[in-house]
Amino acid sequence: MASANTLTKLRYRFIPDHVIGEILSKKWIDNAIPFLVLICVIVVFGSLIPNFFSGSNLSITSRQLGEFALVCIAMMLVIVVGGIDLSVGSNFALGNFMTLALLNLAGWSVWTTVPAVILICGSVGLLNGVLVGYLRLRAFLTTLVTLIIVRAVVDMLLLKYAQAMSMSFYQSDAWDLMGLGGFFGIPFSFCVLIVVAIVGHILLTRSRPGWRLMAIGGSRRSAHNIGLSVRRTVCATYTISGMLCGLAGVLYAARLSGAGTDTGMGLEISALTAAVLGGNSLGGGRGSIVKALIGAVIVLVMTNGVLRLGLNSGSGPMVLGLTLIFAVFVDVRWLKNRDKLLNKVYVSPTYIELPEPASTSADSGSAFALNDRLKDVEIIGLADVESPEDVILDDDDYLYCGTRHGDIVRFAPPDYKTHEVYAHIGGSPLGMSWDKDRNLLVCVGGMGLYKIDRSRTVTKVTDETNRSKLSVVDDSRLRLADDLDIAPDGRIYFSEATIRYEMHDWPVDALESRGNGRLICFDPKTGRTQTVLRNLIFPNGICTAQDGQSILFAESWACRISRYYIDGPKAGTVERVLDRLPGYPDNINRASDGTYWAAIMGMRSPALDVALRMPGFRKRMARRIAPDQWLYPNLNIGCVIRFDDRGEVLETLWDQGAENHPMITSMREHKGYLYLGGITNNRIGRIKLEGRDTSWSGYRNYWGRA
Amino acid sequence: MNARKLFRYLNQEKIVFLLTVLLFVAFSLTLNNFLDGNNILSLIRSVAVLGILGLGMLIVVLGRGIDLSLVATMAISIAWSMQLIHEGMPVYAALTTGLLFALGVALFTGILVAYAEIPPLFATLAMATFVYGFGRAHLIVGTDVVYMPKTMGWIVMLGQGKLFGVPMPIVVAAAMALIVFLFLKFTKVGNFVYAIGDNLAASRIGGIAVRPMLVLQYVLSGGIAFVAGIITATSVEAMNTRIVNSNMIYDVILVVVLGGVGLSGGRGNVRNVIVGTLLIGVLMNGMTIMDIQYTVQNVIKSLILLLAIVVDSIVNPRDEQTGQQGDI
Repeated sequence: MASANTLTKLRYRFIPDHVIGEILSKKWIDNAIPFLVLICVIVVFGSLIPNFFSGSNLSITSRQLGEFALVCIAMMLVIVVGGIDLSVGSNFALGNFMTLALLNLAGWSVWTTVPAVILICGSVGLLNGVLVGYLRLRAFLTTLVTLIIVRAVVDMLLLKYAQAMSMSFYQSDAWDLMGLGGFFGIPFSFCVLIVVAIVGHILLTRSRPGWRLMAIGGSRRSAHNIGLSVRRTVCATYTISGMLCGLAGVLYAARLSGAGTDTGMGLEISALTAAVLGGNSLGGGRGSIVKALIGAVIVLVMTNGVLRLGLNSGSGPMVLGLTLIFAVFVDVRWLKNRDKLLNKVYVSPTYIELPEPASTSADSGSAFALNDRLKDVEIIGLADVESPEDVILDDDDYLYCGTRHGDIVRFAPPDYKTHEVYAHIGGSPLGMSWDKDRNLLVCVGGMGLYKIDRSRTVTKVTDETNRSKLSVVDDSRLRLADDLDIAPDGRIYFSEATIRYEMHDWPVDALESRGNGRLICFDPKTGRTQTVLRNLIFPNGICTAQDGQSILFAESWACRISRYYIDGPKAGTVERVLDRLPGYPDNINRASDGTYWAAIMGMRSPALDVALRMPGFRKRMARRIAPDQWLYPNLNIGCVIRFDDRGEVLETLWDQGAENHPMITSMREHKGYLYLGGITNNRIGRIKLEGRDTSWSGYRNYWGRA
Repeated sequence: MNARKLFRYLNQEKIVFLLTVLLFVAFSLTLNNFLDGNNILSLIRSVAVLGILGLGMLIVVLGRGIDLSLVATMAISIAWSMQLIHEGMPVYAALTTGLLFALGVALFTGILVAYAEIPPLFATLAMATFVYGFGRAHLIVGTDVVYMPKTMGWIVMLGQGKLFGVPMPIVVAAAMALIVFLFLKFTKVGNFVYAIGDNLAASRIGGIAVRPMLVLQYVLSGGIAFVAGIITATSVEAMNTRIVNSNMIYDVILVVVLGGVGLSGGRGNVRNVIVGTLLIGVLMNGMTIMDIQYTVQNVIKSLILLLAIVVDSIVNPRDEQTGQQGDI
């Protein structure tokens, strides 16, 4: 049994299964399947065809790729904006013919021909654009018609000029460079492709027109409703698509110097196959240059490969057709099931063995023994505040708390009957602290660390930290800043409970019980935010120790409180202060006699403790049943404890009937009273403490002067 | 009836029909022999196959699909049948094999569309390429063109015979049109096709077995393609498989869309296809008499299609708020 446990322990320690869910939630995972197909295609054809990897073959292939991929990019752009362009093949043929005609027959130079051809093909795109964008015809039919028209025009021109064209032969250095040469051994057309791809990628992902294009493809109606000029953008996209086809036609003309009736025949189907194979979604909104390129390489290698293998004439289309079916099938399935899969695998529990909890039974004689000391608690702001996670008082006895509506609410002394909204933040305020200048610093779930100065202006202090090198999820953003405290030198230490869940899902992190949280330090002198401790199990309350040399932090799901030295000889080390807690510790705050208060927000239960040692069980649970039926920690009852620097628990305050404060997440001692807050409560509690210093306030204790 | 009402009254079918009548009158007045009885018959005969294929397309389009594999199925299935007869298989067995092949291909397409949820555009496009490739690689080896065997018997009459002086292709096309009309109008399944095209989700909730119905639509269009194949092959005594690479499938779409069948499903009937087919027939016949080059004919045909859809989009504009996302 013991060895089986050890095995489980090791397995969960060294196999990072949470990474699967994180990878699936990344955007770039879309490219994974096309990329795998690409590798397979290259490996298969590379091994079947002799000399596949030889320099000359690669050079020929990349020269063809230069032309083909440009057409694929043209197709991709139109698909991304929510349309389709079937006229790319004919347009390509037109570009090819016009180039040769202008050079050979009209006697133009390369420098005038190339822009002219791009403009001519662009005008075909413009025609499509006007029809589809402004007149809002159906893209499929419209471009089908332009396909036929342009093809017929090319055929007519060919009938008339083909003979004359084949007689003359244009020659110039620039033309030879385009058709036969290149830079540094890279074929010219491939260089053009690289430039177009890079520029296109930057435009599409980093510029306003690109974002508009994606927005219109993603939801045409919403884009229209927020005021984007849908028609103009769609029209522009078709025009650009036409110009790219023209460019490809020029390169093709330079390579082969021939125009025939079958030039670009069926190119629209190949380009469409490539675009879809690469993972660009039909219907728009999902696509990139990289996807188009991956698709282009796959299709080109396959069609060339089938030709080179010397199979009979039908095999090329057969393989292409099968691939198209396969690609669209995978694409459709992937889109449909990705979120489902992600939902199933994202929660990835790990092994954690909690030590035996201290007893809480009334006759056990332990410091945690049940009592009813919170029974007579006074209630403040009943039903006026919702989820006051933390409460704090200033030196003038005003009481502050956060609410889940995104406000900081202030109650006025002495009876705390009246209240006002002190400041509106927008996110749910969690931990709070005063700094030396009486600014209120607040950890806001989902937003980061904010400051409210004395004129009640809200400013952002920090919302990002350094990104860890090996983490898959982008952990530079703060997802769930939880509690903070300030060291004597002004450095702000705060905890981020988990980097894997958002504010509203925080209890799910308990199912994982992995070290997903961290301790972060913001230094106002340098303005830098740095993560100081990682892999903490839901770090929650933070409190600077009375001597200012260390900070105490609670790890909720590990049921322990530890100390992190920030100054002195032991700086940077962590030591355990308190474990074997019977519940999940939340905020920690100083008490008037040099000890500390800690809130216990919920109690451990034997069932969950066992489940925590059975990660497989929790995984099955997360996959098979609805979230509202999962086994969560018991967050219905809690207590307040007081402990000292040595980790000894001195007293415990219970509300046994759980009538007033079912869940306590924070408490503050202030002038002989203890104020209680709870994230699921609709009230604040206050109870008079016997025999305490009635002049003690938190602010004065931290910063001395009044 | 004032101008505005007239404008409202116009829809694509009526516009196209008017256009057909106008062209017909214009050609009758200007062209010699156009109004000749034989010319009219040959006019209709020349578009009979197109019309038959249009009927297959109609059934699929009504259910919000599109079948780009019609021509490929037609060409390869009949060509294979004839190849089998050449190789010594009895005529009926060979034709049955061809029919089964066409139905099998259509069944597979239908499954891809209905169960694998691949958009019909791509499923059928890919199937067209695949069927052509497979046929050329494994079924019809060696040549592009398969000639009609001499042993076909009475079946040849389907392409070359006459009934009361009317060429058989026209009779067959008319019969097919009647059957499809009756099927769509009077059978439960035919009505389901409209329901699915109108609103797939509602049909599913209403208890229609949507997926099998979709498959059925493709299978029907596959069967119709085979009939069209027999007519084509017997009237010209050969089947040129290169027809798959031609613009023919676009012509079929043209015929259907021109007549006013809505590509978004649920809108249209056999009458629309007939109107569209007639317009193409009149146009092609007139232009042939005028001795206009084939490519120019293509341009004119496409321009007319373009005109039809532009007018349609002006008369029935698409609404930015209710337009379907991803509806290309």
